[in-house]
Amino acid sequence: MRITLKLFASLQEHLPADARNQGTEVVIGENDTPYQLLDRFHVPRKMAHLVILNGVYLNPPEREKPVFKEGDVLAVWPPVAGG
Amino acid sequence: MAWTRNVMRVNLTKGTIKREPLNMEWAMEYLGQRGLATKYFVEEVDPKVDPLSPENKMIMTTGPLTGTMASTGGRYSVVTKGPLTGAIACSNSGGFIGAEIKSAGWDMIIFEGRSKKPVYLYVENDRAELLDARDLWGKSVWDTDHELHKRHQDPLIRVAAVGRAAEKGCLYAAIVNDLHRAAGRSGVGTVMASKNLKAVVVRGTRGVGNIRDPKAFMKAVNAGKKVLHDNAVTGAGLPKYGTQVLMNVINEIGASPTRNMREVQFEGASKISGEAMHEIRKSDGKANLVTNAACFGCTIACGRISVIDKNHYTVVNSPKYWGASGGLEYEAAWALGNDTGVDDLDALTYANFLCNEDGIDPISFGSTVAAAMELYETGAITKKDTGGIDLKFGSAEALTKITELTCRGEGFGKIIGLGSRRLCEKYGHPELSMTVKSQEFPAYDPRGIQGMGLAYATSNRGACHLRGYTVASEVMGIPEKTDPLTTDGKPALVKAFQDATAVVDSTGLCVFTTFAWTLNDIQPQIAAACEGDWSMEKLHEVGERIWNMERMFNNAAGFTARDDTLPRRLLTEPARTGPARGKANMLDKMLPEYYRLRGWTPEGTPTKETRARLGL
Repeated sequence: MRITLKLFASLQEHLPADARNQGTEVVIGENDTPYQLLDRFHVPRKMAHLVILNGVYLNPPEREKPVFKEGDVLAVWPPVAGG
Repeated sequence: MAWTRNVMRVNLTKGTIKREPLNMEWAMEYLGQRGLATKYFVEEVDPKVDPLSPENKMIMTTGPLTGTMASTGGRYSVVTKGPLTGAIACSNSGGFIGAEIKSAGWDMIIFEGRSKKPVYLYVENDRAELLDARDLWGKSVWDTDHELHKRHQDPLIRVAAVGRAAEKGCLYAAIVNDLHRAAGRSGVGTVMASKNLKAVVVRGTRGVGNIRDPKAFMKAVNAGKKVLHDNAVTGAGLPKYGTQVLMNVINEIGASPTRNMREVQFEGASKISGEAMHEIRKSDGKANLVTNAACFGCTIACGRISVIDKNHYTVVNSPKYWGASGGLEYEAAWALGNDTGVDDLDALTYANFLCNEDGIDPISFGSTVAAAMELYETGAITKKDTGGIDLKFGSAEALTKITELTCRGEGFGKIIGLGSRRLCEKYGHPELSMTVKSQEFPAYDPRGIQGMGLAYATSNRGACHLRGYTVASEVMGIPEKTDPLTTDGKPALVKAFQDATAVVDSTGLCVFTTFAWTLNDIQPQIAAACEGDWSMEKLHEVGERIWNMERMFNNAAGFTARDDTLPRRLLTEPARTGPARGKANMLDKMLPEYYRLRGWTPEGTPTKETRARLGL
């Protein structure tokens, strides 16, 4: 299935060169997990602080599960804050 | 001791300046800065006072750690009764003048009365005098700063000033120090201008000593700096992307108020984000962001310094704005951008420069423009009102034009300067004003971040994120992750954030340290610097005392439980996209428990027992 992976802030460097708006479309297997996808893009798991699937936060155990469905958007940030 | 123990009292009506000893009994109960100055204020000022009358006072105040070696120890606050809200106002700023005031030997400066003619206060250590500012009246903050540096022939003086907007009565005028840091919210600059006080100029050469146990202090300070350095947020994220890193986060989770808070996601967010500020522009081969910047003693350095493309329509004929200056922080980018629907990064940067140049709060300003745009869309405002401006959502030209007018207090900008509530009431649609206690919202939609709804509704200075930033927990997981879409546990979370923030705001340190530090990191620094008992238990008590003191002032000023609410839109119009789709803010599920946790009556006033427990 196809989903969109978005990487922000310092994780942008792990995106392919043709990525637009911090995102790229990827083809994944039905049983792939968010962490497996991040491994593919060489994103260190410890830097994946905010892992957000369709706007909703995934806690670390959920990142080990096959949670994806067609058309999902996975957005990932390192630790960030502001105000 | 850390405190200098000196208070300067400036009576602008009489033109007198007196020194008095700091009330150390109060310092032991309220620490400094926000807490201690508010104690002075509530003891001396009638809560019913007209904020713009001579009877209102204005206190510029430092904290015990301001000007010390502690990281971020450069903060000062301005405490007064705010003209936008009619509530207690306390606006906090960084830059360098806070440390300079302390280094000149003063904990706080209390301004009272009103000068007959424009003046500025010049302080050089012990020496302080009121000098003629008639020639500075009518000048912007930037021109005033330049002129004062020239006049005193001292590049090291620090200047805090008000601009033309404050002079013309804009109700959310800021006091801008060091050109682009500001005590920005609630109209403290308007109060300063109402006193005919154009600027405060300070030169301090004494340094800050009086540390109770210097060795223990430096040990605690160095430990704290290591925590900030090693933390991924304060050591890497904030220096590189600034607060603007939140633009995409908050939009992605569906909590980015858009077009006067009608929507919760902005399609142009990525174009005006922290990441976008790093991108090289095709037009001139430069990035918007030039560098980051730090305030006094800060080891985080989240500040943004930006340049606008010289060929951009906003500045092509104005070389004055071609240089690097204070760039967009998240709140300004959101209010000027998402809330008005404008996604032109350079246009927003230009509007931000103007807000600094003439001293207005970009949050209240942007939100008021957003309300005006909705009024324009509904036909309640026409080109006849705007002076010909086509005030459509998404129009960068309309935004920058109205910014120019508001900063100068001209034309329709005078009306925009009244703030969203007064604007919407004037044109017959009070329901379109996105305000709490007449102050405009910042950049987090309480439909997508439920706890923030309670934080806004109960904030002592009207809608504000800096009185209880539960976003840290609900979105970023600091100190631990909570679900932003539920109300469970939020009353306790809001109370904890409010009380802890009141402590941080009373130290002289920056609240951004709390992305890495807890009060456990701050407590050893206070305990080593200050005489007295500064245990964790005591600090928690001080925070709660400050919150209740501010609340009691507001109650006496006429605020009741009825004012602890949100605009109808946020309570009844559900979010249409994102994870919060179908949800409005569920304030009614949180407020009663919050009152109970606070020890307040159902009418929202601290009970006799609560007052007795806190010594109020």
